[in-house]
Amino acid sequence: MSSVESKGIPADLTLVSAMRAGNEDALAQLYDRYSPVVYSVALRVLGDTGKAEDVLQEVFMQLWRNPEVFDSSRGNLGAWLAVIARNRAIDMLRKRRPETDIEDVVVSVERDLAGEADRMRIMEKVRGLLGTMPSLQRSALEMAYFEGLSHSEISAKTGEPLGTIKTRIRTGLLALRKAFET
Amino acid sequence: MSVHEQFADDLALYALGALEGGERARLEEHLEECSACRREMETLRGDSALLALSTAGPKPPARARQRLLEAAARERRDIAKVRPAHPWWLPLPWLAAGALALLVVVLSVQNSGLRQQVASLQRDSARYQIELQQAREIVSTLTASDAMQVTLVAAKTPPQPQGKAMYVRDRSSLIFLASNMPQVPPEKTYELWLIPMSGAPIPAGLFKPDAHGSATVINPPLPPNVEAKAFAITVEPEAGSTTPTMPIVMVGAGE
Repeated sequence: MSSVESKGIPADLTLVSAMRAGNEDALAQLYDRYSPVVYSVALRVLGDTGKAEDVLQEVFMQLWRNPEVFDSSRGNLGAWLAVIARNRAIDMLRKRRPETDIEDVVVSVERDLAGEADRMRIMEKVRGLLGTMPSLQRSALEMAYFEGLSHSEISAKTGEPLGTIKTRIRTGLLALRKAFET
Repeated sequence: MSVHEQFADDLALYALGALEGGERARLEEHLEECSACRREMETLRGDSALLALSTAGPKPPARARQRLLEAAARERRDIAKVRPAHPWWLPLPWLAAGALALLVVVLSVQNSGLRQQVASLQRDSARYQIELQQAREIVSTLTASDAMQVTLVAAKTPPQPQGKAMYVRDRSSLIFLASNMPQVPPEKTYELWLIPMSGAPIPAGLFKPDAHGSATVINPPLPPNVEAKAFAITVEPEAGSTTPTMPIVMVGAGE
């Protein structure tokens, strides 16, 4: 039994299984659990509530239509939905067709995101870490992640060498990882 | 297992979807064959998900939830309309599986029966082979043109014509062996007769003796299940007769 089930909250996979059987209530529960994450990241990328709602709708409808695409091998459902939502929002921002098939997205996250308290704690911690990160590193990371800029675009925008941008992005991600390893 | 250092920075960019062009193509090619780098890329993607989580705050409007659930229910109804709850073909796989299972049982029983039959036939066949071989040897000896045929009689008695009939009524099988038979005139033949317990004599084969006066008649066509009282030989036209022409040149009753 997962930690969330031990707290009386149905595990993500239990709800996904119920969705496979056409259970609308399972969809509603997953929506209540993860819609703030999906919506927030889409809103942060797109800066438009209507478009963010469209992404929200699209991501959950994809899961509803084809719950088989998510299983435990895809990683953590909350993180997976966040990555899918961010990718879809970037595609929309850059007015391009979806570049990544959701079936190809594997997200390795060991942390449990099903409980709201867990998500809040993680959010606070990430925000705290970003606050202490060197601003050039933080902005490189945010430009890549929330604006969908390529490293050469960031380099052109900031005037910094490509190699520096690459390294900043990598060390920024590794710093996030390290913060949750302790 | 550690990642390949030359790809380390590119893995992070790729996880964010920020790697382009030739560098992206080269890394994708490498990821196809390097599980360590693939795992690291997935972990970096997980790290990037933390950035997404950092944005949590604004909640979607209530109408978004309603819109999603209505769309989900609508799609479900549409699917249900397209696909009847119990389409006619739904039981087919089960029926097919049941029929197959039944077929397997029937075939298994049949197979077992057939195996027993085959084993029995093989035993019969082996026995028949042996019997056939013995019969061939007997017939071959009896009918061999170079066989030395000797009739033993009392000493100082000139050889006498002899005929020996072996008749099995149940099988309507008759073997007749003759020796020291005088030659018949041209256009004439000997005819063997089965004399039944009642009724007219029955033709039992034509024969002409060889140069040594020997002859055989083996399994001539005979009516079934006739009890023989005696066998007789007459001289008949070459085509044979349906009734014996007198005189009877040889006769013998069963012992």
